[in-house]
Amino acid sequence: MTQLDDLIQSGSRIECHGPWPRVVVDRPAWEAAGAALAAGELTLLGLWGETETVHMAVGETGRLAVLSLPCPDRRYPSIGRAHPPALRLERAARDLYGLVPEGSPDTRPWLIHADPYPFLEAEGPGLHQIAVGPVHAGIIEPGHFRFAANGETIVRLEARLGYTHKGVEALMAGATVEAAAQIAGRVSGDSTVAYAWAFVQAVETALGLKSPPRAIQLRALMAELERLANHLNDIGFVCNDAAFGLLHAHFAALREGVLRAADTAFGHRLMRDLIVPGGVSKDLAAPGKEAIAAAVAAIRRQWPLLVEIYDDTASLQDRTVGTGIVKTGLARQDGAGGYVGRAAGRNFDARAAFPYAPYDKLRFDVPVREEGDVDARVRIRIAEAEQSLSLIDQLLAGLPDGPLYAPLPAANGPAEGMALVEAFRGDVLAWVRLNADGTVARCHLRDASWFQWPLVEAAIEGNIVADFPLCNKSFNCAYSGVDL
Amino acid sequence: MRRLLLDGLLHRPLTEPPPVPDDAALAELTQALARAARRRLGRSLSLRLVDAGSCNACELELNALGNPYYDLDRFGIRFVASPRHADMLLVTGPVTRNMAEALRRTYDAMPAPKWVVAVGGCAIDGGCFARSPAVLGGVHQALPVDLTIPGCPPSPTALLRGLLALLEQADAGKMEKT
Repeated sequence: MTQLDDLIQSGSRIECHGPWPRVVVDRPAWEAAGAALAAGELTLLGLWGETETVHMAVGETGRLAVLSLPCPDRRYPSIGRAHPPALRLERAARDLYGLVPEGSPDTRPWLIHADPYPFLEAEGPGLHQIAVGPVHAGIIEPGHFRFAANGETIVRLEARLGYTHKGVEALMAGATVEAAAQIAGRVSGDSTVAYAWAFVQAVETALGLKSPPRAIQLRALMAELERLANHLNDIGFVCNDAAFGLLHAHFAALREGVLRAADTAFGHRLMRDLIVPGGVSKDLAAPGKEAIAAAVAAIRRQWPLLVEIYDDTASLQDRTVGTGIVKTGLARQDGAGGYVGRAAGRNFDARAAFPYAPYDKLRFDVPVREEGDVDARVRIRIAEAEQSLSLIDQLLAGLPDGPLYAPLPAANGPAEGMALVEAFRGDVLAWVRLNADGTVARCHLRDASWFQWPLVEAAIEGNIVADFPLCNKSFNCAYSGVDL
Repeated sequence: MRRLLLDGLLHRPLTEPPPVPDDAALAELTQALARAARRRLGRSLSLRLVDAGSCNACELELNALGNPYYDLDRFGIRFVASPRHADMLLVTGPVTRNMAEALRRTYDAMPAPKWVVAVGGCAIDGGCFARSPAVLGGVHQALPVDLTIPGCPPSPTALLRGLLALLEQADAGKMEKT
């Protein structure tokens, strides 16, 4: 019996929830789960609230479960008290649902802004503060960064987010699944495919529907194109932030090729609103296939030379190697996914850890490195882009014929579903409960960056202020994705 | 790296030149944009972007304007780091309550004459977030808007087309500002 089994046994199982179990637990079991998280026996995958209940997704290798604690008095024992990665999720749940985490060391609001906001303190001779944002110098999303620095050296960084809070969860409640899928696709624009996929997969699981094989294959094709385009973008921007514009220009050109191919293939450069509950809304025709194949071939032609330049440019390596190190222990504790975790020795990719169709039938590696620095995060992206090229080949070659869409069955009573889909940044967790009329009762979407942002703060300590943009870009955490 | 640089010298640039044979619309657009920008602003237009709660898709396409295919800089149009250097404020997103003040302060920091462009569906009317109490629902709720560029997100070509429309209006004297 594992820790997770004990927790599942101790509660009462909700039958209409899939594919992983959801159990209603009591306070002692909830606190035991918190202790197991703090001890590193379990990994936190999400924590969210609704009226009078708090939910927490926890996992161990290859398995996960949702624990639900009823809290009619709107109070529950804080998980963040012993396991800091839960803190911001608890603050968000408090802002959105009024659920109070008892004993939490951080009672400040998170998504709902009210000034003044007390930043964490750093005291000592020679320390000064630098306040940056929410409006930044570049074309990026808004967030505030508060540095405490001693000369050039950063002593403490604290991020304040929530600026793009749009009330996503409240908007989804009561919406049709079709409308909610569109909202899901607008939680984080660079991951529109992954979010829409995670949401519809949760809905389809709740309804016991399997979308047609061709639709599933096309979803994966879009997801890999999205991953590829984003990785190309990120590699280029990291080089740009190290003042190496040459590679930025070349990677940006390759990325533009991918977006244009996506436009030809699916009619939208970012492939938005194409994944719908039940299937996909657009088929892939011959010109689209050719465009994708041509973009892939162009990348393969340029790739060895560009990677070689990244490897051989001393001025670039000087900036990226050893900068912004995430320690493996911290990545594990935080349950950091995506290239952030995989660059720091945490081997977790939702496509491999909780395989979903069609990845269960595809061949790909999950690259992992140990260094945890900016360089490692770039190299993980390089390796993953290569894997995506191979996956695109496989997906195009094995595209089955058949329908694109299966009509959604009626809900027939309460139905709950969950999905874990690997976006380019890491795993997106989608949890949904449907009403009997098929509309969304409650949906929660958890971006990978909830567990990556705290690592930015940890990684930058002791680095110089001038390396922050470079370091931050190597994480490229979501703003809108976590601001909800 | 030498090989890459040499390749760059020997091959045609990726930048789609104003008369692109296979993309007449973009060619027309870029040529006209260059003319209008020169007349009105002495060939320089400085843009400042504020993301007022977008999902970041609009930012992706605004960033794409700088890639070698579109190369916005060649028209004398560039994104600047400070609102104090900007002629034009591009705003994306449905204007969240949490960004409204930062947006107004950015606008106030810009010297006159200044223009505001609402970029993307959310900035125009709040898009699918319009009925959320967490957003104001479009840039016009916070600032006077001179131009809207629709799209979710607008493509780089649509963005260029929109900037052109604004410059032409400015040329025609329809939007004199003090």
